[in-house]
Amino acid sequence: MGLALLVIIWLITFVSTYFFVAKVWWLPHGAAAAAPWIDHQFALTYVLMGAVFVAAQCGLGWLVWKHRDGASSKPAGYSHGNTTLEIVWTVLTAALFVGLNLMGSHVWASERFEAASVGAVPVEVTGMQFAWYFRYPGPDGKYGRTDLKLMDPSAGNEAAIGLDTSDPAAKDDVVTGTMYLPVQREVDLTLRAVDVIHSFFVPALRFKQDAVPGLAIHMHFTPTEIGDYEIACAELCGLGHYKMHGMIHVVSQEDFDKWLAAREAEKQ
Amino acid sequence: MASLGPTVTVSVPEAGHGGGSTPPHYGGDGGGPGDGYPDYGRRLRRARLGLAVALAPILMFFVSLVSAAIVRRGLPTFDGTTNTYMHDWIPVDLPFALLLFNTGLLAASSLSAEFARRQITRQAALAPVRSIPGVSLGRETGVPWLYLTVLLGAGFLAGQWRAWQELAARGFYLATNASSSFVYLLTAAHAVHLAGGAVVLLYAAVVSLFHKPIEARRIVVDVTAWYWHFIFLLWVAILALLWLLR
Amino acid sequence: MATLAPIHAHAAPQGFIRKYIFSLDHKIIGLQYYFLALAAVFVGMFLSLLMRIHLIWPTAVLPWIGEIKPETYLSLLTMHGTIMVFFVLTTAPQSGFGNYFLPLQIGAPDMAFPVLNMLSFWTTFVAFVVLIAAFFVSGGAPLHGWTGYAPLSALNNSGPGEQLGADLWITSIAIFCIASLMGALNFITTTLDLRAKGMTMMRMPLTCWAWFVTAVLGLLAFGVLLSAGILLLLDRNLGTSFYVPLVSVNGQLMGHRGASPLLWQHLFWFFGHPEVYIAILPGMGVTSQVLSTFSRKPIFGYKAMVYAIMAIGFLGFVVWGHHMFMSGMSPYSAFAFSIMTMLIGVPSAIKTFNWLGTIHNGRVRFHTPMLYAIGFVSLFVSGGLSGPFLAQPVLDIPLHDTYFVVGHFHLIMGVAAIFGIFAATYYWFPKMFGRMMNETLGRVHFVITLIGTYAIFMPMHYLGMAGQTRRYSQFTEVAYMTRLIPLQTFMTYAAFITIGAQVIFLFNLFWSMFKGPKASDNPWEATTLEWTTATPPPHDNFGGRTPVVHHGPYEYSVPGAAKDYVMQTDPAGVTAH
Repeated sequence: MGLALLVIIWLITFVSTYFFVAKVWWLPHGAAAAAPWIDHQFALTYVLMGAVFVAAQCGLGWLVWKHRDGASSKPAGYSHGNTTLEIVWTVLTAALFVGLNLMGSHVWASERFEAASVGAVPVEVTGMQFAWYFRYPGPDGKYGRTDLKLMDPSAGNEAAIGLDTSDPAAKDDVVTGTMYLPVQREVDLTLRAVDVIHSFFVPALRFKQDAVPGLAIHMHFTPTEIGDYEIACAELCGLGHYKMHGMIHVVSQEDFDKWLAAREAEKQ
Repeated sequence: MASLGPTVTVSVPEAGHGGGSTPPHYGGDGGGPGDGYPDYGRRLRRARLGLAVALAPILMFFVSLVSAAIVRRGLPTFDGTTNTYMHDWIPVDLPFALLLFNTGLLAASSLSAEFARRQITRQAALAPVRSIPGVSLGRETGVPWLYLTVLLGAGFLAGQWRAWQELAARGFYLATNASSSFVYLLTAAHAVHLAGGAVVLLYAAVVSLFHKPIEARRIVVDVTAWYWHFIFLLWVAILALLWLLR
Repeated sequence: MATLAPIHAHAAPQGFIRKYIFSLDHKIIGLQYYFLALAAVFVGMFLSLLMRIHLIWPTAVLPWIGEIKPETYLSLLTMHGTIMVFFVLTTAPQSGFGNYFLPLQIGAPDMAFPVLNMLSFWTTFVAFVVLIAAFFVSGGAPLHGWTGYAPLSALNNSGPGEQLGADLWITSIAIFCIASLMGALNFITTTLDLRAKGMTMMRMPLTCWAWFVTAVLGLLAFGVLLSAGILLLLDRNLGTSFYVPLVSVNGQLMGHRGASPLLWQHLFWFFGHPEVYIAILPGMGVTSQVLSTFSRKPIFGYKAMVYAIMAIGFLGFVVWGHHMFMSGMSPYSAFAFSIMTMLIGVPSAIKTFNWLGTIHNGRVRFHTPMLYAIGFVSLFVSGGLSGPFLAQPVLDIPLHDTYFVVGHFHLIMGVAAIFGIFAATYYWFPKMFGRMMNETLGRVHFVITLIGTYAIFMPMHYLGMAGQTRRYSQFTEVAYMTRLIPLQTFMTYAAFITIGAQVIFLFNLFWSMFKGPKASDNPWEATTLEWTTATPPPHDNFGGRTPVVHHGPYEYSVPGAAKDYVMQTDPAGVTAH
């Protein structure tokens, strides 16, 4: 049975490690400025934890086989432990874990502690059961008034987010169901929700943030490659959670300006 | 080599045995309850330990509510109509005079609970003496502290009910605003815990009519009296918080 | 010289009702909890089977159950999580085995408060009935997940099942809180006050330490969950706004205003994180016990193990925010929580090193309990090492609310903790029922379950990295998810096989109760107090005698001793411990 255990444990270890190392299923290609940093921290964690995983599992399998009753005629070694060893591996483990965390903390700080820079593209994302709406504040740079009393989800876009069209600042607000962004420009995102908690998750852009009713959460990221990126809702929001799907089209600056101008024109 | 002592099997004295006719047993070696002479000293210590442990989750429950109240008071909410965050904590107009009067009732009940606790301790201590044939300690004309505690506790609860009526008259109901919700919640949660204690005290008072051993009753009264003091101090803390949050 | 004083906790009960239904005997109560958990786990597994079937065949129409709609899928997942976390993982390891064996292992005749103990079981039972009732009321069971985030859980019209079903769910949990607090009170008082002579805290088996610290966790955490649930009931039914700000559901403006949905998350996870340690600590205790017994070696680093249990317990209270990195909570708080979370990995690592150290230089006997203890170590390593990914907020960005998290907690709670229950069952079965379980069936069950659970839950990490989000009732709407369906299919087939194999365990359990070979008093040649008494133990545990303890709990292979184990009550001298 000792040998069987060794074989089973080693096999499980090697098969699972293979799929990790071969990256058969992996993080999608990153298309945002933060992606290299996040992916680097991910890779570091993965290599270190992977090494510990293989060592611990193989060690376990080896030990139960090597010290099986009947392998040798010596009695078991009577020992209550080794204090020096305890201290050593406690300190090493703490250093490893805390060190790993601290190494990644500067990425977190730059992602989340600081506000968006001046000149970032402002977009407001509103989540509701079960769709995403995107609002651009237009040439005046100001978001118009919204009022939940004015909400009418069946009427789409402006009415869906309860835009108060009588507000002058709202006149140039563009509300769409698809998000367009210019490449290589930081986005100043405001996240809102009108009913329950949703979460704006774009795997390719390494972006995730819950949209919480009662809050307007400011976030920023910078898409770096032209392409189409899927949005998936990442916080259980009801029966349509699985189909609360959206799309971000990252295009060139000219294409973005053209698109936005066309949307503004439609409003007239 | 182990040697066995005599294994004694004694029938457990049931309720109705007659108060005080079997001298209660204190201290001694590891006798658990039920060997005919239940070790009441150990049982009392165990019951007190149990109470101390039980007070921890009750405290955590109220700490949870209190921290929710404190955070909520300072919480800004996003308003889409102005695109800004605003504070919306509207303090409740509390009937403090009435609440202070209720506090006085509860303080008095805590005092009478303490007298009840000492009274029954004394009675339990004297029970062996009382059982010596030919010895008389005279009739003990004791103040019914236990009943008084229950009465004062009931008075506090009635006063709290009156306070809620007063709040309603001033336009503050449970769901009126965040502040009023917490006022009702904290006072109701406290009242529930107090009522539980009052029921147990009433049980201890009434059961004396059925001749349970005085030592067993003493444990119930002792532990409940300590619980009562805790509930009183809890009320003082809640009242202080309501004052600070206004 | 052992002193044996006459003791007699309470007279042995007569009559079926007092002996088996409203028993005050901790052993019967422990079994009642165990069988409740056994029923619950089969209900929970059945729900997960339905879930896995739906994910692969979303339009399938099942016999008797019919079609599983998206909202039904979500109710299945809500109830699966709630049943498993509360009625299996918080019940069997602690209330089941703890109730049975804590008094025995410390040399006590019963728990401190037997009547309270009986009440705590029946309250738990009522909580279970109330929860199951949610399936049968109009609207059905709630769909808001076992985590019940507001406002989804706080609004009657946020989805099917969120009416009476959600109220029943909250009520059941509230009742469960009360029952758990009663149990925790008993465990703590018993451990502090009822230890036999010579049984110091540092001579207690690690199972007792685990039950003790678990009870402390429960004592401090369940009160907070109760308050959270009460606030939720008030928001749902009496129009308060503790959790729900101004919202509009499908165009309908609701009457709440000004509150914070994050309050629910803080209160829930303040409970929820200690809860997962409540689920795992008893299994760690059993693993230590079994590894030592079947390696014929003292546990490596007993003191370090005790400190590790205490550290895990304490740190468990200051890491709850790691469930909330993406929630809108302050990023500075996130940083603080993440440091504490990395730290809690340290005592867990120490325990793993010490388990390996126990096996090293041992003479390992591969009886079924040992197989499960070894499996526990492997699974704990696998599930634990995905923790440092999630503990870093910046890595939590791609991984939060994906299958990576689901794989992480299933490997630890859904498999390792369950292996702890299996190990305890096979280990203590002889003492509880006087017979041995079948070793061959045990081995078959072990191998299939170990490989099968890895096959189900290891792929979840790959799915999570690829961006597969949680709680999706189907994967047909998002292009990058449809590419992952083959892996989901593999997991479903693995689930069929693994769940099917549990029938082997069930059969072994019940068949052996009646037909298994008779067991001696100490079939494993173990040292702790439960093995000094008859099999099964008499009503007052030690037959009218109080044990007196002379040694620590893991004196195996003591040089110069007559046998390769020295029982705790053996008066013969041994190097001081």
